[in-house]
Amino acid sequence: MAERSIVYLDNNATTRVAPEVAEIMQPLFCDLYGNASSMHSFGGQMARYVNRAREQVAELIGAQPEEIVFTSCGTESDNTAISSALETQPEKRHFITTRVEHPAVLAMGHLLENRGYEVTWLGVDSRGRLDLDELAASIRKDTALVSIMYANNETGTIFPMRDIARIVKEKGAQLHVDAVQAVGKEPIDLGELPIDYLALSGHKLHAPKGIGVLYVRRGTRFRPYLRGGHQERGRRAGTENVPYIVGLGKACELAARFMQEERVQVSALRDKLEKGLLAAIPNAIVNGDVEKRLFNTSSIAFEAVEGEALLLMMDQYGICASSGSACTSGSLEPSHVLRAMGVPFTYAHGSIRFSLSRYSTEAEIDTVLEVFPPIVKKLREISPFTRGR
Amino acid sequence: MWDYTDKVREHFLHPRNTGELPDANAVGEVGSLACGDALKLFLKISPQGVIEDASFQTFGCASAIASSSALTEIIKGKTVDEASAITNKDIAAYLGGLPKEKMHCSVMGEEALEAAIRNWKGLPPLEHEEEGRLVCRCFGVTENQIRKAVRENSLSTVDDVTNFTKAGGACGDCRDQIQEILDQEKGVARPLEEIRPVRGAMSNIERMQKVMKVIEEDIRPRLAQDGGNIELVDVDGRTVAVAMRGACSACRASQLTIKGLVEKTLREQVDPEITVVEA
Repeated sequence: MAERSIVYLDNNATTRVAPEVAEIMQPLFCDLYGNASSMHSFGGQMARYVNRAREQVAELIGAQPEEIVFTSCGTESDNTAISSALETQPEKRHFITTRVEHPAVLAMGHLLENRGYEVTWLGVDSRGRLDLDELAASIRKDTALVSIMYANNETGTIFPMRDIARIVKEKGAQLHVDAVQAVGKEPIDLGELPIDYLALSGHKLHAPKGIGVLYVRRGTRFRPYLRGGHQERGRRAGTENVPYIVGLGKACELAARFMQEERVQVSALRDKLEKGLLAAIPNAIVNGDVEKRLFNTSSIAFEAVEGEALLLMMDQYGICASSGSACTSGSLEPSHVLRAMGVPFTYAHGSIRFSLSRYSTEAEIDTVLEVFPPIVKKLREISPFTRGR
Repeated sequence: MWDYTDKVREHFLHPRNTGELPDANAVGEVGSLACGDALKLFLKISPQGVIEDASFQTFGCASAIASSSALTEIIKGKTVDEASAITNKDIAAYLGGLPKEKMHCSVMGEEALEAAIRNWKGLPPLEHEEEGRLVCRCFGVTENQIRKAVRENSLSTVDDVTNFTKAGGACGDCRDQIQEILDQEKGVARPLEEIRPVRGAMSNIERMQKVMKVIEEDIRPRLAQDGGNIELVDVDGRTVAVAMRGACSACRASQLTIKGLVEKTLREQVDPEITVVEA
């Protein structure tokens, strides 16, 4: 692409691969390309690289290395966790999740319903928060698994995982956590948190696309999803994706190193962006729980304008963000997350998600603050629903 | 990312004829905020029946704005009779084509034009359900609207119908009904003259909006007096699911509250056939 400067504020969709990660992966394609499962030392030496990466991932989330299973993506991890939990407890026919999960979990819930499982879909309030009493009340003797995300991809709202895990464990069910958006941003210590399964995805934390992890707590009975090989101690067949595994390990090491620094710097930029937009644009509201939110995410709903139109106008300036609008997805309804929160339709169609990373700059934020308010103004001028014209 | 033509992009970034027309003598409105797009078309028609000027206000995506802009350019200078013959296909063609998922934007243009012409002729807006069975409750699309789109655009699949009318694009419950209509249309079709578009039946989304408003403005304040609270969980057709929160969640009389207060109020203010259940 030509050197038009990109203002990249869509890091909950995917992130730039860290240069340190790309660098460490480079020799693993043409030089050190052996199969980690081979008997010869050229291939076999790669197992050491994989094990080092396993340690780096484990360290970031407070796990033991043998609890880490490398997968191809967050979706595979989510699907595997849910299938494993249900297959290992065939007598239990009840599954609990929330209405605001990623489609990787929602789709499994619908599949289970079709297969005769009973599924409880927990709602959220207008700020995207769960009712923990409702969670506690919904867990039964035949509940096989509770699957709840750590942080919401659209609004950044963080669920109180310590309380959730305590409730689920007290009631004797298993817990799977989709932590794809939280890992690398929130400190997670699985030594303290009694979670059975946890999914993470490399490309959300500056590793490449195509690599994920499923954490499986030691002692948890497990059924693999992919079969056909002994890799990952029989828990995930398929030749180890050595370069990407190594890249993910490095990305986890960097995330651990930068997390505190990022929390300060990135949240300051995020707050500057959010305050600036709210000050410049009337009839705008922040979606989600502003107090318990990922430090990089701001989802703002603008009344009487439509999200795809906002995104395409921003695209003229090289600004990348996302929308909860219907028109961007090909489905015709606005985001299931915003609907579950009861965001008024007047706002839901005009929701924009800005998500930052450690590579976001003040200059990028200044560009958005300069360019975006006139875009909203322009679209409101031609909207039949604009108030107080 | 949608594959828009340069002409769509150009009309989106620089829409023609925007805003209200002060001396308009015909106005047509279609869509609603709840549905995600809406178009208000203003026409100034001479006593001789020539469209001297046209303008629009649109809420919607890039292709909705571009379709509106194109429509106003197409009809300016035409007689009302000439304009009456314009269909969504003319709008899409003017723009060099639209992605198939976006064809409903051009249909919205055609419908707004029809509504404006009816308005100019002194005819009442087409309203209420007598003229056609409601097929898609989510977006308020009737059987007649679907048949019209199928015939004018030679549609053959349910996905086509969704792309052109939105019907079936949300919950998907009506997809079987749409397939039945398509099957019938493949046989002998009734003449188009018998079919007139209908709108106005309350869609799922409109009902949801009204329910939200009544809960927000009326029911929640009353519960709050006793330290209670309520969350709207879902609206599926005429079944409204709510969760009682705060003092209400522990209250053994919460079933009484749901039936006696919540259901009664919603029946009075939104729809007499509503049933309220605890989620």
